[in-house]
Amino acid sequence: MTVDVEQLSCRELVELVTDYLEGALPENDRVLFEEHIARCTGCSGYLEQLRQTIALSGRLVPADVSAEAEGVLLEAFRSWRSH
Amino acid sequence: MSSDAERLDALRAGDEAAFAALVREYHPSLVRVARIYVSTQAAAEEVAQETWLGVLNGLSRFEGRSSLKTWIFRILTNIAQTRAQRDGRTLPFSALQDPARVPEAAVDADRFLDPEHPRWPGHWAVKPEPWPEDALVAAETRERLAAAIEELPASQRAVISLRDVEGWSSDEVRNALELSETNQRVLLHRARSKVRAALESYLEQA
Repeated sequence: MTVDVEQLSCRELVELVTDYLEGALPENDRVLFEEHIARCTGCSGYLEQLRQTIALSGRLVPADVSAEAEGVLLEAFRSWRSH
Repeated sequence: MSSDAERLDALRAGDEAAFAALVREYHPSLVRVARIYVSTQAAAEEVAQETWLGVLNGLSRFEGRSSLKTWIFRILTNIAQTRAQRDGRTLPFSALQDPARVPEAAVDADRFLDPEHPRWPGHWAVKPEPWPEDALVAAETRERLAAAIEELPASQRAVISLRDVEGWSSDEVRNALELSETNQRVLLHRARSKVRAALESYLEQA
């Protein structure tokens, strides 16, 4: 058995992925995390899927304002301006 | 995009195009954040519209101590909280201020071997398989992703939308939602984990 599996299981690693990607892991944990990823295809595959999920979210088109809401708000702006 | 100072000058001068641009940029996010506090989409839309009136009425007093964006979202939060109280809705403190209190696993426990497994404790029982590139870029996959985001609890949906769809920084999201660094990360983690799981189950069938 490898040292990294003893110190950080796959089940524990998946809970640290966001902290890792956010650069919020303490140095010791970051080293353990990266050593584990380097040896474990399951976890490196998981990390890759999360990266793909984030990239794909970034390609979604942000929601639009409805024409109705925009109309109401621009009307409110004109009325504000005239006061 | 123009600076806050330029935008403020334009708004105060009554420049309608500057106001319209600001509305297009932030209104959908305002509605999403309002949805954390109020129970219906219609109420969230009303809160967002009321926010813009608060912005216009406060323009002359705004001193630029925070960014324009943070200021607008603070106005929203105040209005949304007042509205939630009026509607007798319990404020989602546990969802926003203490999300870690209710644990949630990023991946189903049955994907892993037992923590007491003699040889591979907590190791993958069923590993994630690489996703096919062509399915990943398909329009249907994006639709499934958007649907998975919509299905999230409102606080998680707001955080992932602002961070990953709109591309805000973690500081911007923390300031707009008045979240601690840790709670912002917990909400983001849960949101991303669920959306990944939804994509995985979709792409496995594809």
